[in-house]
Amino acid sequence: MTDPDADLLSRFRAGDEQAFVELVARHQMTMLRLAQSFVASRAIAEEVTQDAWLAALRGIGGFAGRSTFRTWLFAILANRARTTGMREQRTTPLESPEPAVDPARFGAGGMWTSPPVDWTDAAAERLDAQALATALQSALDGLPPRQRQVVLLRDVDGLSSEEVCEVLELSEANQRVLLHRGRSHLRTILEANFGAR
Amino acid sequence: MLLRLRRQPDLVCQQIVELVTDYLDGALARADRGRFERHLAGCPHCTAYLAQMRETIRLTGSLRVADLSPAMRADFGELYRRWRAEAT
Repeated sequence: MTDPDADLLSRFRAGDEQAFVELVARHQMTMLRLAQSFVASRAIAEEVTQDAWLAALRGIGGFAGRSTFRTWLFAILANRARTTGMREQRTTPLESPEPAVDPARFGAGGMWTSPPVDWTDAAAERLDAQALATALQSALDGLPPRQRQVVLLRDVDGLSSEEVCEVLELSEANQRVLLHRGRSHLRTILEANFGAR
Repeated sequence: MLLRLRRQPDLVCQQIVELVTDYLDGALARADRGRFERHLAGCPHCTAYLAQMRETIRLTGSLRVADLSPAMRADFGELYRRWRAEAT
C-alpha cells in the first residue's frame, strides 16, 4: 500500500517543522472526532489528541512503515482514548443488532412493500447540498460510538478496511457489521429527511 | 441432492439490504455475489437501494473537515520545537 503521507513524512523526518504542521493539519480533525467518540468531553478529547501527537513525535523513530503513517498515528490515539474512556467509566457497549431497513417495510416473503423513496435527486440539486451535509453530519454524530468510529475512518477519512481494523482492533467481519449498521442508518436519515413522496 | 445443494434459493429484498456493504467491499463469496446480482437485475427497488447506499457513502466522504486554525498551527509548531529541544 502506498502511504499518502509519504512525502510529508520524509520531510518531517528530515527536520522540516512545516511538514509536521501539515501532517497535523491533515489528521487533527479526524483524530479529534475519533477521540470524542471514546471520551466524555471535547476538552478531554483535545487533551488526548495532543498527547497522541506528542507520543507520535517521540515514537517516530520506531515507525518502520509496516502500516501507513495514519494507521500508526490513529492507533496511538485510539489506544489512549480508549484507556481514558475506560477510566471515565464511559464504556461503549456492544450495540444490539438492528436491521438495515425497518422490517415493516417488507412483506411476509421478504419483498419490499414500502420501497425506498428517492432522495438522490435532492442530493444532486446544489440547493440542497448544504442541508444534506448538515443532516448527515448530525446523523453521523448521533451514531453509536463504535459505528461512528468505523464510518468516520472508512467513509469520511477514506481509510481501507485493513487500516480501520488495525486502528480500532477489530476483525474484518466486525468492522464490516459496524460499517453496515452505520451506513444503513445514515441512508435511513437521508431518506426520511429528503425523500420525495 | 448435490444439485439441490448447489442451486441455492434466490435472495429476497430483505436479505439484499443486509448484504450491500459486503457486496460493495467485495466480501461476498462468488456464488453469493452471483445471487446478489441476479436479484438486482430483476428488482428496481433494490437497484435504487444500492444506488442510495452508494450516494450515502459519497456524501459522507464529502463532509467538510474543518481546517486547522492559525492559532492551532502555531500551537503545533510550538509542540514540534519543544520535542526537538527535548530530543537533542
